[in-house]
Amino acid sequence: MPLLEIRDVTKRFGGLVALDAVSLDVNEGEILGLIGPNGAGKTTLFNCATGFYRPDLGQIRFEDESLLGLSPHQICLKGIVRTFQIVKAFHTMTVLDSVATGAFARTNNMEQARKKATSALELVGLSDKKRVPIKGLNIVDRKRLGLGCALATEPKLMLLDEVAAGLNPVEIDQVTGLLRRIRDLGLTLLVVEHVMKLIMPVADKIVVLHHGKKIAEGKPSDVARDEAVIEAYLGRE
Amino acid sequence: MAGLLVAAIIPIVLTPFLLHVAIMVGLFAYVGSAWNLGCGYTGKLSWGHSAFMGLGAYASTMLYIAYRITPWLGALVGILVAAGFGMIVGAICFRLGLKGHYFVIATIALAEIVRVSFINWADLGGAWGLLMPVVRDSLYDFQFHSTRIPYYYIIFAMLLGLLYLKWRITNSKLGYYFTAIKDDEEMAESLGIDTFKYKVIAMMISAALTAFGGTFYAQYVMYISPDTVMSVHVSTDILMGPVVGGMGTLLGPLLGSAIVQPIMELTRAYVGRRGLDYVVAGSLTVAVALMRPSGVIGWFEKPFEAIFASSSQTHKEG
Repeated sequence: MPLLEIRDVTKRFGGLVALDAVSLDVNEGEILGLIGPNGAGKTTLFNCATGFYRPDLGQIRFEDESLLGLSPHQICLKGIVRTFQIVKAFHTMTVLDSVATGAFARTNNMEQARKKATSALELVGLSDKKRVPIKGLNIVDRKRLGLGCALATEPKLMLLDEVAAGLNPVEIDQVTGLLRRIRDLGLTLLVVEHVMKLIMPVADKIVVLHHGKKIAEGKPSDVARDEAVIEAYLGRE
Repeated sequence: MAGLLVAAIIPIVLTPFLLHVAIMVGLFAYVGSAWNLGCGYTGKLSWGHSAFMGLGAYASTMLYIAYRITPWLGALVGILVAAGFGMIVGAICFRLGLKGHYFVIATIALAEIVRVSFINWADLGGAWGLLMPVVRDSLYDFQFHSTRIPYYYIIFAMLLGLLYLKWRITNSKLGYYFTAIKDDEEMAESLGIDTFKYKVIAMMISAALTAFGGTFYAQYVMYISPDTVMSVHVSTDILMGPVVGGMGTLLGPLLGSAIVQPIMELTRAYVGRRGLDYVVAGSLTVAVALMRPSGVIGWFEKPFEAIFASSSQTHKEG
């Protein structure tokens, strides 16, 4: 049984079909890469799986329980957490406080929340910036912070929306290492990514979306050679 | 500490008029802080807090007139009634997803519904209002006529209690969640925060605390009517302090009230023309809102921070 099961999910916005009967399985312990050109429906799929949108048709199940009709915070408490493509942050808080806010999902105790936050910050490599106000963070650190907040909620499945966008090659290598470390902790990852340098080496499986449809699925090396995928990305002469 | 000492000694040296001004500063610092706790914290600006103040005033006054129940117990009833109404206001506004100006208008409308209902409620005195029966000075009856100094100490004790509560909340899960909601609701929701629930809780806390201020007002002025405790200008009085002083800060409402209330009282006393007090205070509020939306407390932040730096709190007051 897959950890997250998406079956024939369709989402329309007026006349636009953002997702057209998309199905995919995320198995426990794997890193699944979700790629596709702009407007392919990747973020819409995230929003459906995390309760921000309600699909028009189809079924979404997590640990064999339907997620349809649950609100985002309920889905988070079930063990699915997401990050945002446009980096969000609690801009009046410090780094430690905002990660502690995430940790409060599993505890009411201030000391425990801080402890959990501290270990999440160690994992994402922000330990030395605990007391820094979020306004003072650069883009890489904000992405690390987003991951830290998400990790602090103690999820089973993380949905990451374009963690590598806007990063330079060195930073991308750091994030790649971070994703592996998170997977090694026993978490499952569904990663939307444009940056192939990041996703190809770490993903166990790749799913390609184009115009709201799934056009390919398989090992990264196979997908990279797939005719339909090449056409979707580069067009045809 | 020095500030507290000055505040404790001050009423003894004040003239009766200045004592009245100080009490009004205390009252609007209190209700401004109560407003701030719910609204400044979660960023949802209510212009309908007069309803909560009025419910508190009416609950304690009615219970005293009808059954001679001590206003302290009456205040508790008012707190519960206002919290209930706060839950209704919050549930309606937040379920409908009202934001910004629409939320402000909705809170005015809901408060007006309460005011008009009370005007037409003959058993509660209707538009005439309620006159508190005068008895001898006593803490039980919450009345002091030979000297008004006890009112001063009561309101400042209430204010201190409120600031302590706010400080406790700030350093708890609840405070973190309120700040998170104000900063980014979507992100808060994605991290497992039931934003609807916590927004309603913030409204209820704020409503309950404001109602206690209403009881104080009723005991101090000894006369209440829908127009004096429930109308929009009362809501305006409540929010001018925090807006001028600094919304969402710990001491902003106190500072703002200490600026606005003396201006209003002095205008009333020495210029006298009806309504001029609001012209002056309103202009000041608009000027501050335009030129310094974060409030004048910023100019005093350094010394205040030095005083409160000992608290374990690390983020800026939400």
